[in-house]
Amino acid sequence: MTDLTIELREVSHAYRTAAGKLPVLDNLSIKVPKNSFCAVVGPSGCGKSTLTRLVSGLMIPDEGQVWLSNHQVTSPRPTVGMAFQNPVLLEWRTILQNVLLPMEIVKTKMTKDEQMARARHLLDLVGLTGFEDKRPSELSGGMRQRASLCRSLIHRPEVLILDEPFGALDAFTREDLWCTMHDLRAEEPFTCLLITHDLRESVFLADQVIVLSGRPAHAQHILNVDIPAPRTLDDLYTPKAVEMLATLRHEIQVAQGRSVAEPAAKPAAHARGPIPGAMG
Amino acid sequence: MSGTLRKVGVPILFIAIVLALWEWAVWVNDLPDYRMASPSDLVPKFWQFRELFLIYSWQTLWRTAAGLGLAVVVGTAIGMVMGFSRVAREGLYPLLVGFNAIPKATVVPIVALIFVGRHDFNTILIAFMISFFPIAVSVSIGLSTLEPEYRDILRSLGASNLTIFWKIALPKTLPEFFGALKVAVTLAFIGTNLMEIVSPHGRGLGALFDSGRISADYPLMFAVLLMLAILGIALFYVVVFLERIFAGWAERAPG
Repeated sequence: MTDLTIELREVSHAYRTAAGKLPVLDNLSIKVPKNSFCAVVGPSGCGKSTLTRLVSGLMIPDEGQVWLSNHQVTSPRPTVGMAFQNPVLLEWRTILQNVLLPMEIVKTKMTKDEQMARARHLLDLVGLTGFEDKRPSELSGGMRQRASLCRSLIHRPEVLILDEPFGALDAFTREDLWCTMHDLRAEEPFTCLLITHDLRESVFLADQVIVLSGRPAHAQHILNVDIPAPRTLDDLYTPKAVEMLATLRHEIQVAQGRSVAEPAAKPAAHARGPIPGAMG
Repeated sequence: MSGTLRKVGVPILFIAIVLALWEWAVWVNDLPDYRMASPSDLVPKFWQFRELFLIYSWQTLWRTAAGLGLAVVVGTAIGMVMGFSRVAREGLYPLLVGFNAIPKATVVPIVALIFVGRHDFNTILIAFMISFFPIAVSVSIGLSTLEPEYRDILRSLGASNLTIFWKIALPKTLPEFFGALKVAVTLAFIGTNLMEIVSPHGRGLGALFDSGRISADYPLMFAVLLMLAILGIALFYVVVFLERIFAGWAERAPG
């Protein structure tokens, strides 16, 4: 128990709309061990973003419990960092000031100098040295997202929640950022929950991939990704990875109701793998 | 051309061209000055009434600025209420639009009667009434269109609503606010002069305009109008200056 950082216990949740209750999560249980990486994939509108809001404490589930490091989540916790598809940098601040923003909210023992040094160090890790004093509008989309990642990590959160952070980037920038994620976690371990539409991304980054069913969502399939670290992009083109991708793709189609639940067909030897983002 | 030279030189050049065209149009049509005064007729008037121009300009200017200040405070407050509360937005919009649709010239006699004799207050009130609407609307739109992610970034760390307002909502709304303030500046001058002209109490440039009308001194009337334009431009650039300080980040490099 103690080594679980994120735990959802039979969580159910519904939105109240004008047309009545709209159930989004149904008896969802998830366990993410400390310092491991969990990716969540599923059909559009299945409640993935709801999941991030529940784990971060921005919302409380109707039923069931959310636990973070043995604390039941009833309100937002400063041990959480978040990054979204939209990097939401504050245009009136420099990149460095943006990264430091959480330090103005969270109580910290770090001195100003330590905060500054940490911010510069993180920016260096993601390759933004030299851009500390630039405005967000002077940066490309990928660079903004890198800065956003630094901001979400500045206060040393136990849990990093990523809601499709690479979704709006081009394929090459995205792969670059995947590698950056590995670098960041090698530098200082943290538990990560990633919401994504990109199956290759989930396999490349995660230790376990959870496939959510269609709405209301439960954990339909859990795939353990046993590719050893350090991972490289080449690892995505091994037969084992291709097989995992095929499994995930099949599970997604089941979740979408396009296919019946049966074992995924063996991919052909020359398989290029499933088309990433096909579910988007 | 260097940046400063262009910023100062180009507007002056354009003003000079317009004045020249004005002078030429009056001259070529051979218009008497009671139909259309030309810029060259105005210079002697400015000189003749230079003391009155100084005193009255100041009176008009400070009342306009006071009305505008009131509009900023009240307009921002209304905008905040409407920006944060959907109920307030839905409830207040028709009221505000209705109030704004009432011609302020018709309100002037009413206000003059309600607060009889309190000329400064009346004038400031009209300047305020005519100029707070764009500020309220822009602030409310700025706040209500704040992307939820901005809020979530701070809320997920346990920040209060007040912190979110100070750190994100307020600065993010500043560009819209200054856009509205530029509109409000010119409106406020209209308000001040409505009061000064429609309900004469012998103060401000409106009073000078009125005395020009009474004595059929048409060049003087035109000179007053020109002075109002100059004051409007001056106050506008004060706002531009403030905008550059507080919301300069919103300006993108040209290109």
